[in-house]
Amino acid sequence: MSARHVIVGSGIAGLSAAEAIRERDASGAVTIVSREPHPFYSRPGLAYLLSGDLPERRLSIRTPAELRALHLERVHGDATCIDVERHALHLADGRQLAYDRLLLATGASSIAPTFEGAGLDGVVRLDGLDDARRILAHARRGHTAVVIGGGSTALELVDGLHARGLATHYLMRGDRYWARVLDEVESELVERRLERAGVVLHRRTEVRAAVGSAGRLEAVETLRGERIACDLLAVAVGVQPMLELARAAGLHTARGVLTDEFLQTSAPDVFAAGDVAQALDPATGESALDTLWASAQAMGRTAGRNMAGAREPHRKRPPLNVTRIAGITTTIVGSVGGADDPDLLTLTRGQSERWTTSTAEWTLRQSSTDDRIRVLVGPSSIVGAVVMGDQSLSRPLARLIAEQVDVSALRPALEAHPGAGIAMLTEFVHARERGAHAHPA
Amino acid sequence: MRAGLPRDGQRLHLLRRGVVAAEPGRCVQCGICAHSCPTGIDIRRYSRAGRPVHDRRCILCGACVARCPRGTLRLELPESLESRR
Repeated sequence: MSARHVIVGSGIAGLSAAEAIRERDASGAVTIVSREPHPFYSRPGLAYLLSGDLPERRLSIRTPAELRALHLERVHGDATCIDVERHALHLADGRQLAYDRLLLATGASSIAPTFEGAGLDGVVRLDGLDDARRILAHARRGHTAVVIGGGSTALELVDGLHARGLATHYLMRGDRYWARVLDEVESELVERRLERAGVVLHRRTEVRAAVGSAGRLEAVETLRGERIACDLLAVAVGVQPMLELARAAGLHTARGVLTDEFLQTSAPDVFAAGDVAQALDPATGESALDTLWASAQAMGRTAGRNMAGAREPHRKRPPLNVTRIAGITTTIVGSVGGADDPDLLTLTRGQSERWTTSTAEWTLRQSSTDDRIRVLVGPSSIVGAVVMGDQSLSRPLARLIAEQVDVSALRPALEAHPGAGIAMLTEFVHARERGAHAHPA
Repeated sequence: MRAGLPRDGQRLHLLRRGVVAAEPGRCVQCGICAHSCPTGIDIRRYSRAGRPVHDRRCILCGACVARCPRGTLRLELPESLESRR
């Protein structure tokens, strides 16, 4: 009998798993169960749907022909319970799906606000396509928006609402933007851009209550006693893995669903991948969470192959994300350190827990009005980097970090002339690339 | 236009022999590249697979390179692609 593969979740981890299963198993059944009825779409692309850079039809990430070739069954429904003994998934409408192998790829969802009036129409969060549509509908008839929270999602909302012509206020609890990951100079670069564009920043304040009438938002009141009239309040204070199914089934969980290096959970034949999975990295013995798209995709592929009979470990690469914040292309890779960030209760989307642990011994920095490079150097190799604006060094730096290239030969010169660190590193990178040209592997 | 476009000295050479190349680890398949292509190439498919855009319709205008919000695409010479293999 051919194998029955059931995947819960239609994000990039679920889709990548389905494709990987199909590569190894041409005849088995592959069923994807999801709450969302939409065709597979790019979740990070929602930021560009909001800003008007992209029409909705462009968000689909597979063509109809590609999907037909996969022979998937899509089930629209709410998975409520996994019977791990009987190998069956139960849905809210009473249906049952028997499985030989099950993948949990339920993703992460944004944390709901708890202030008074949080349930008013006009208080929004950005998780999926339906949220983006709702935000755009509000934006079309609104004039003023307030955004709270941190990380890249908060700024995607700020950018999008501002681009749609709304007067936009961004409220920060702390002194500066995304202190969890950026240093003071980098935060300032972003804040200056926002202010120049006309976004109103409010620091060291927070929403006390959302107020309105007839169920509809009319204003926010802050702890400092201000009242800002608004039609839209967007909340992005962090995301959490969706653990309900795993917990109800008795799977081992911590911050996410715990898996071994093969992405197997504590239940037989149940795997986990993507934002919901907290996978063991045998190289470090640690199980870090991340909400990175590339990581979800890679985990989905490995889980899919293993569900279809392979036994391959998931190899974690240095966490990397490139994002556009306040119009500045920003690459964050490796471990870059960080400070307390009262605007984020957990991870934002597109972040890794591994970013904020740092083993750096010293830091090289270079800034100009629009660009910024910060490179974290460990005992013998580069451990992390933040590159904002000009991206010419971001790829070579990501390679040096991934390959743990020994840069200790540079150390005496760097210590003698710390101000010239980035220039020396640039020359080192160019010399390496000339070497690669001269001796193609 | 700084997002991956070459300096002047290389430009002529690139326009004659260059190709749009993708780094799939940066791509989130948002589709802005395909949306901005004036000749209608589905650049996202190339980017997803990490393949250079070998398509007769590509006029090397650089629109996809400049508009990709994640710095995924670059104009490259075939020999520099070879050396990265």
